[in-house]
Amino acid sequence: MSKVNITIDGKPIVCEEGEFILNVARANGIFIPAICYLTRCSPTLACRICLVEADGKQVYACNTKTKEGMNITTTTQNIQTERRAIMEVYDVNHPLQCGVCDQSGECELQNYTLELGVDSQSYSIADVERPIKDWGHLHYDPGLCIVCERCVTVCKDMIGDNSLKTVPRGSDAIAAKFKETMPKDAYAMWNKLNKSVIGLTSGEEMLDCTSCGECAAVCPVGALVDTDFIYTTNAWEQQKIPATCSHCSAGCQLNYEVKHTSVASNEEKIYRTSNEWNYVSLCGAGRYGYDFENRDVEKDETAFNAAVAAFEKADTIRFTSTISNEEALMLQKLKELKGYRLINEEARTFKTFLDNYAAVSGQQLYGGDLKKAHDANFVVSVGTALKSDNPNARYAFNNAIKMNKGAGIYFHPLKDPVIEGIGKGVFTAYHKPLREEAALYLLLDLFGDKEKLPSDVTAYLASFHTLKTITVEETVKEKVVEKVMVKKVNEETGEEEEVEEEKTTMVPKKVSKEVEVDENRLLELLDIDAQAWDDFLDKNLKKKDAFALIAGPDLYTHPNAKNLARLCALVEKYTDFELTMIPPLSNTLGVALICDLDSEAGDYSIGYNTKGDFVLSALGDGDLDMPAMNQQEGTLTSIEKRVNPTNAALPYGGYELGDIANALGLNAKYAIDYTAQLPVEAGFEARDFDSLPNRFENDGTEVRGYALNNVAVATGDEAVEKIDEALALEGENVIYAANPVRQFTAFTMKPHQLNEESGIYLSPAQLTAMGVAAGDTVRVKTAAGEQSLKVVEDNKIDGSVMCVTTFDPNIKTEELFGAYRFATASIHKEG
Amino acid sequence: MSLEQFTDRNVQQHYFKVDIEEYPQTGWDRFKQVVKRGLNGELFVGLWVVMREMIKFDIHTVQYPKEKLPIGPRYRAVHEMQRLFESGTERCIGCGLCEKICISDCIRMDTRIDENSRKEVTEYTINLGRCIFCGYCAEVCPELAIVHGPRYENTSEQREHFILFEDMLTPIDMAIKGEQKEYPGFGAVTPNEDARVKKTPLAY
Repeated sequence: MSKVNITIDGKPIVCEEGEFILNVARANGIFIPAICYLTRCSPTLACRICLVEADGKQVYACNTKTKEGMNITTTTQNIQTERRAIMEVYDVNHPLQCGVCDQSGECELQNYTLELGVDSQSYSIADVERPIKDWGHLHYDPGLCIVCERCVTVCKDMIGDNSLKTVPRGSDAIAAKFKETMPKDAYAMWNKLNKSVIGLTSGEEMLDCTSCGECAAVCPVGALVDTDFIYTTNAWEQQKIPATCSHCSAGCQLNYEVKHTSVASNEEKIYRTSNEWNYVSLCGAGRYGYDFENRDVEKDETAFNAAVAAFEKADTIRFTSTISNEEALMLQKLKELKGYRLINEEARTFKTFLDNYAAVSGQQLYGGDLKKAHDANFVVSVGTALKSDNPNARYAFNNAIKMNKGAGIYFHPLKDPVIEGIGKGVFTAYHKPLREEAALYLLLDLFGDKEKLPSDVTAYLASFHTLKTITVEETVKEKVVEKVMVKKVNEETGEEEEVEEEKTTMVPKKVSKEVEVDENRLLELLDIDAQAWDDFLDKNLKKKDAFALIAGPDLYTHPNAKNLARLCALVEKYTDFELTMIPPLSNTLGVALICDLDSEAGDYSIGYNTKGDFVLSALGDGDLDMPAMNQQEGTLTSIEKRVNPTNAALPYGGYELGDIANALGLNAKYAIDYTAQLPVEAGFEARDFDSLPNRFENDGTEVRGYALNNVAVATGDEAVEKIDEALALEGENVIYAANPVRQFTAFTMKPHQLNEESGIYLSPAQLTAMGVAAGDTVRVKTAAGEQSLKVVEDNKIDGSVMCVTTFDPNIKTEELFGAYRFATASIHKEG
Repeated sequence: MSLEQFTDRNVQQHYFKVDIEEYPQTGWDRFKQVVKRGLNGELFVGLWVVMREMIKFDIHTVQYPKEKLPIGPRYRAVHEMQRLFESGTERCIGCGLCEKICISDCIRMDTRIDENSRKEVTEYTINLGRCIFCGYCAEVCPELAIVHGPRYENTSEQREHFILFEDMLTPIDMAIKGEQKEYPGFGAVTPNEDARVKKTPLAY
């Protein structure tokens, strides 16, 4: 890629060669109307309104790449006529009773109709019946749909569900008089529009997807609306509060949209969330999981005094990672002051993993981020159930494969139809649990620079290879020449006569050949079919230059986590892979960097959002109430190694952690007073909360908080251990500690729209194999403990591995597992 | 329209002098004015007018509250919520424009989706204690649902009585009988609207 000079409307611009004109214009503040285009997705060419003139030729700005010296005019007389005609066509049979539409006020059809001054209609066609569809959490009104296909595009290119498609509308053909008279592009666009509406890919009545609601967010009109939101309020009535989603480590930027509850109640209520869908895509938890606030809390002085007394008495604080950086710092300061032991097991294992990684890589944090994964054309994921651990990592995985003509490898024991659904570009390697080391060795073997790799690693990798002669049967096409008699008319005489002609045909023939092949035992360790693997690499390894590796939480709790961390560092160092690690929970990365965590608990503990002898809880079930993340301001550290600010969307009337800290000897009026005190030596910056922005620029630049400095760390040797080949979980019933999509913690359990059940999730195949039905209760017994769990059917997983949820604090599923996320269990139906 | 009247800022030329007596300057002048006015009997001129009209028995005083003056059709008093003719359905579609435009922030409504997938207004209130009767709500209403009526008397024991939607809504029997009057004030259809409208073509 190189820089080129172009001119748009006389303005000289320097941009990357091959960028789309539309994106260049947007980045430079030049307005080109466009409806169907989504940044980060492929151009659909449905609306054709982004017509511009490039070097005297009319082109579409959304799919034309820039070239050196290109001269672009955004409006000409002809383009203006086309655009006006396009908007008139969009208004044909579109009801103009904007008053009842949910999109009114933020509707792109409204905006462009006014922008282009459409005040009369020249076109018409008989409408066909287009009944309203109830798709579960979405409400589709085809009567309002302008078939821009943005929903289809985002679902395919970004989310990776492929749940929507266009289906025939069944309307009449456009009258011939229009074809002759109307502008060319407007006719072409109408012709396409007139043939389709949006339907479900599955052909079912209800939507069966990972329920992210991104399609409704991108809908420019009121056709796709969240069922829960429809007709409850108008776009302009709500106050948008910029925030950061606190459900998982992706830390997506979103706005909480707030208004009073009703005529009768002035209490603030979140009606929905919105996002900058051109630059960030939310998952279902972020979009629908907004009402997790701790409501109706007043200052309870007795409880507060009891809390202070409990803190005086306690020697341990247990907490989860759903807290802000500021709260983490308060806890750390309290530790320094009072000598508490801080217990957060999941953050501690992640911290240990990072330390082990740093000892080899020389930097405190992984080098990559999800932005780099989006831009990669070869992505690999190891040790994570992508779609539920970090939905944004899954979007990046999918987006890279779809948009960059990319390919990806998914190493995981749990079969995932959603990942398979991404298409041919993805190779799924379903290995046995505990074999993650082999996956990383395989990456080193394939992509590692053998010259530079430590010699013992190279030797170890070579030990897996054996040359073997095998006999393959190939089908070869052989040329056969036949002589046939053909009847032909002699042109001179006009008579029919037989002529001898030569005819060549290709006949397939089976040939046995002896070939020498390289057999890689690593593939065997990972249960990969060598033939399929070779085919995949042959097809997909060409022309790849940007590599990304996503490593997940399975690795951090692995018995050989230290070795895995060092292997990750080697992969990053000696291959072209950009490494990103998924922090297990919302602010695990922040907690790991700020707090000095302990492994042994003391006698009397305070629990913050978790169990303890005295419980502080933002869930409303503790001894003293705390504000939930949508009720407090502060910063969260995301997977992108960014410190993102979040604001309080809802009021909170009770005591906060800061009040207790003040009572114990710290001194700060607000939690955000701690923002500037975050440890600089860990990579934070001494910046005030109020100076932190939270937005995206027009060119997609993320202007949110600040990026952590990746602090350099002293390195030791690069020795790694060999794979412990005896180590592999086998057996019929393997369980995996993983939540369904949209569930992370007890905070995602609370929102009324997130209704996933807790229990044990079985694929339909496994249900049949075990002879149980959804709704049954089973007794799950492992080496660590036993639990009764409800069986839930989940068609988003496949194979025999079963998922045990961890988000519900009411069932103690953690007792089933050791440290590692997988375990073998014996399962019996109860009752 | 010519802009001359706005651009010509030499306003002096259009003034003309009113015939006003010279103001008294000295103490002697003022004494003369007092004597002249005091002995002139101007007081009786006014008293005579009253006497004359009393004898005529042609009294123009309106006997309020028994009698009421007719109100101009565009007068802006307490709001009325109109119904559709024939069906009697409420005209309000719950678009929220009145709520948005209200400058004293006294309109509020709750809406939801009803059983027929239509937008339904479940609660609608106007706090007349805050309303300044500017008429913006009637002007912005796309359905002519909220209008100003002629009822200008507001007395009640409680402020809450001023916000009842039921009181503002045209009674259903009146609407069905066609007794509901169309509002000619702000936001109403102007007489020559038909000529101004560009018709949308229909394919059937």
